[in-house]
Amino acid sequence: MAENGTAFVRFVDVQKSYDGETLVVKNLNLDIAQGEFVTMLGPSGSGKTTCLMMLAGFETATHGEIFLDGTPINNVPPHKRDIGMVFQNYALFPHMTVAENLAFPLQVRKLSRGETEDRVKKALDMVQLGEFGARRPAQLSGGQQQRVALARALVFEPKLVLMDEPLGALDKQLRETMQYEIKHIHESLGVTVVYVTHDQTEALTMSDRVAVFNDGIIQQLAPPVDLYEQPENSFVAQFIGENNKLSGRIASVEDNVCVAEVAGSTVRALAVNVGGAGEATTLSLRPERVFIEPDEGALPNIFEAKVKELIFLGDHVRTRLDVCGNDEFIVKVPNASGHVHLRPGATTRVGWQIEDCRALDAA
Amino acid sequence: MATAPADTVMRTVDGTPLKVSLRRAMRRRKLAALGLVMPLFVFILFSFILPIADMLFRSVENPQVVTIMPETTAALQGWDGNEVPDEAVFAALVADLVAGSESREIGKVATRLNYEISGMRGLIMKSARRADRLEAPYREALIDLDKDWNDISVWKLIQREGAPFTASYYLSAIDMRYDDSGEIAAQPTDRQIYVTLFLRTLWISLLITFMTLLLGFPVAYLLATLPLKYSNLLMIMVLLPFWTSLLVRTTSWIAMLQQQGVLNDLLVWSGLVSDDGRLELMHNQTGTVVAMTHILLPFMVLPLYSVMRTISPSFMRAAQSLGAPRFLAFWRVYAPLTLPGVGAGAILVFILAIGYYITPALVGGTSGQLISNFIAYHMQSSLNWGLAAALGSILLSCVLLLYYIYNRIVGIENMKLG
Amino acid sequence: MIPGKHSIAIAASILALSATAASAADVELNVVSWGGAYTRSQLNAYQKPYMAEHPEVQLNSVDYSGGLAEVRAQSEAGNVTWDLVDTLLADAITGCDEGLFMPIDVDTDLDPAPDGTPASEDFLEGTLLSECFIPQIIYSTAFAYRTDAFQNGEQPSTMADVFDLEKFPGKRTLQKSPINNLEWALIADGVPVDEVYDVLDTPEGKDRAFAKLDSIKGDVIWWTEGAVPAQLLADGEVVFGTGYNGRLFAAIEEEGQPLAMIWDGQAMDIDGWAIPADGSNIEEVKKFLRFATDTQRLADQAKWISYGPARKSSLPLVDKHAELGIDMGPHMPTRYADQGFLIDFEWWADNKDAMNERFNSWLARS
Repeated sequence: MAENGTAFVRFVDVQKSYDGETLVVKNLNLDIAQGEFVTMLGPSGSGKTTCLMMLAGFETATHGEIFLDGTPINNVPPHKRDIGMVFQNYALFPHMTVAENLAFPLQVRKLSRGETEDRVKKALDMVQLGEFGARRPAQLSGGQQQRVALARALVFEPKLVLMDEPLGALDKQLRETMQYEIKHIHESLGVTVVYVTHDQTEALTMSDRVAVFNDGIIQQLAPPVDLYEQPENSFVAQFIGENNKLSGRIASVEDNVCVAEVAGSTVRALAVNVGGAGEATTLSLRPERVFIEPDEGALPNIFEAKVKELIFLGDHVRTRLDVCGNDEFIVKVPNASGHVHLRPGATTRVGWQIEDCRALDAA
Repeated sequence: MATAPADTVMRTVDGTPLKVSLRRAMRRRKLAALGLVMPLFVFILFSFILPIADMLFRSVENPQVVTIMPETTAALQGWDGNEVPDEAVFAALVADLVAGSESREIGKVATRLNYEISGMRGLIMKSARRADRLEAPYREALIDLDKDWNDISVWKLIQREGAPFTASYYLSAIDMRYDDSGEIAAQPTDRQIYVTLFLRTLWISLLITFMTLLLGFPVAYLLATLPLKYSNLLMIMVLLPFWTSLLVRTTSWIAMLQQQGVLNDLLVWSGLVSDDGRLELMHNQTGTVVAMTHILLPFMVLPLYSVMRTISPSFMRAAQSLGAPRFLAFWRVYAPLTLPGVGAGAILVFILAIGYYITPALVGGTSGQLISNFIAYHMQSSLNWGLAAALGSILLSCVLLLYYIYNRIVGIENMKLG
Repeated sequence: MIPGKHSIAIAASILALSATAASAADVELNVVSWGGAYTRSQLNAYQKPYMAEHPEVQLNSVDYSGGLAEVRAQSEAGNVTWDLVDTLLADAITGCDEGLFMPIDVDTDLDPAPDGTPASEDFLEGTLLSECFIPQIIYSTAFAYRTDAFQNGEQPSTMADVFDLEKFPGKRTLQKSPINNLEWALIADGVPVDEVYDVLDTPEGKDRAFAKLDSIKGDVIWWTEGAVPAQLLADGEVVFGTGYNGRLFAAIEEEGQPLAMIWDGQAMDIDGWAIPADGSNIEEVKKFLRFATDTQRLADQAKWISYGPARKSSLPLVDKHAELGIDMGPHMPTRYADQGFLIDFEWWADNKDAMNERFNSWLARS
């Protein structure tokens, strides 16, 4: 984890505007430690790709400073930054063979022919494409091209590798395989990776830390588990994983527990990001933390619920309920032997713990 | 199927061979495709293939002497060519001249023979006008009328051009001719012109192709990379020449580049050249190259643009991120990717340049004339269509040859027009 | 190439032909000429009065740029749509030889002079050179020079002056054709005008002509379009230029350019009518031709353009310019006939192929 002063990559008060009127990136501060895998996650237009391009040197920061290994790099041209990059559509040079593509960064660095060949071979072996050196990129499958792009970004042994939605063009199954492969390479080489994606699964499975971007601001920077379990605002709660939200108003706050009025019901929740009594709030609750038909008094929050819809998903049944005035309330009911069986239109009860229900900002 | 025939032919359920059935099913689709292609095919046949065939035929056909002077041609068949022919040949000639004068066709023979030897027209016309008043012996009568009839080379010419096909147009087109004894020889140096012109045409066309590439490449690059609102404006400026008449453009070049023209005035005004040292930019090769480069520029820019537009900016970024400075990235990665556009533009400009004639005629003076100017001259002024056809056929073969070489080196499938 | 020639002749003729389809007269004739001021003078002198007299006849005006290419193409295609063509004598001779034009009997097909002189005697001597050709005007190709170019000394007045780069430096513009230029070179070299063709017929004479041309070659801009020399003179690009006298007249008198004529050594040429063979309206064409070539009509044309009428009987009738009010007499090339020569068409018909090749080859060598 990064500490001030020892960070490998530092964004200090970075702002970016294209038109002089609106900010695409608003006051970004971010430290990344050596060897860390940090993902910038966010919807499109949130500023994550702009940040990556500023780091690569293809965009200049309107304000602020970016440091790489302690040196400011605002005025260093891209080709002198020594940063490997994997592009969204791979950007493999179509007029060169796979081996020539890999040799390119080495030739540019004027390495000897022998060493170039050695390194190209090693890099190809690393991505299990040892046989494919003589082929053109167009003769490879999408997954193979992806690996070549990865190998090319690593072959000149940069300390930092940037990846701009590298798996976006692959099908689901291949994407999962590649996620493990990238993670594996990252671990074995110890290289620092900054990864941009809008796919939360990708972010959660691969990263040491995830920076959730929205509206030009990092909403939360945390390890995947914390991000899921302890979202700090309603955007992160909603963006990461599945979430039930209940809009209400704070009645009282006591220590870290608050009481909220939601459509006439009183809900007890963990006070995370709330104002005083009378302020609006959004309660966030993960579907898998809701119990169906709990014993009376077993939980601090128990409410009437009306079954609206059932979707059979094999190992569990996704159940849509009307709870506290929210008819989009989702509960995952395990398809276990002896478990309750619901019918649409039936009335039942649901309940949850205080610490599973987080009271956040009202946005 | 249990009842299937013993042979190995695949059959449909009712026993028709699968191939026959497939062919039947495809026939309708083939007819439809043919119907779609037919109008263009017919159009190309009549507007392109037949005229070219006609041109190739005209460059060798030689009907004048053999059809209008049939008796003379026949009589000369057995002539050994050592001395002036005998009375029988002269009698046949007089008969042909009388008939030719009557049908008013003899002039064609006169014109045709005059291409080969100056004065033949006068000789034939004069003799034809008086032929019906001549009396035997015709040999003496004709030689008395004009002593040129006593010249063996005249008779050799008639004998040679009495064949229905001739190589003499092609010989003329490469600065060769038949000499007095009927052997193929080089033209006298003061009449040699076409070989020089062919070479000059090739050289100027290559130069223009290179100039359009040099000037067009950066423009196409800007067009492909600028934001739409700017690139639209630039595109209009590139296309503007397309929308102005060729003559207007050429005339404006004259106003710009002549010695008392705008450019020279500016140079004199700025003191770069003296008033006496005004540059000659017009009525010479420079004029042709400048004006044609301007006119043909869009034909280079458009294919380049359409190829560059498809080159993702991430290639340049990738090259830079891999450590290549901007120029190296451009040279190693971007430039090779534009090759299909360069090839298409170059071949388009070159082929157009090689056949241009209005612009060189107006601004080229004498050193800027191309072979097409002479083809046009022989089509319109001298009416020597046979020679025009021979020059045109040679030009066509040059283009085809270059196209073949281009195909061998670059590969035509690498060409991209848009 | 001739006065009034238009570079956009083909476009114009397409327009003219499509205009044909719209009219509804009984007889339609396509009369082909050079366009511009020249066609205008013909319309005023010939076509308009004729159509006024014969409302049943529609005369369409078609422009072309000279030469026999179209006539030959129509004849080869068996679809002759041009009824009457204004052509140069040289082209008429070639066209007549090739059977593209039909012969005309001057005395039966044309009117005599008002005093009864038969047409064959009324036309100027040496103009009835082809049986297919009715002379209409005599024009000349002569030099003009810029009067402001040689302010300190004498002004040029002879052909020798034109070829004298020492006394009269500067660029010249000449027509890109051996015709006239070879004759002028010999005249400038001292050959009397009436001996030019005798000298030119010898190999030494040809060499002598080319050698003289060589002496000014570096200062020559060659023109092919009739409008160009007047433009080059007006722009000050050249100090001498050859041009059709009608064009030069327009530049001097109508536009007021600082130019003056050198009639010395003028090359006179004849322009006239020829009827394409195998046309479909031969009788109607002949009627119009009879009208358009009578004494008064030929004199009328000179009111609109400075070319001399081809009939002797027309000469006394030449009047003032219809619009400028200038007396046209002094602007007729025929007035200076003794200073110049009539182009020898027989000689050129025999020698043009060889001379063109030699001339073009000479041009290409620098």
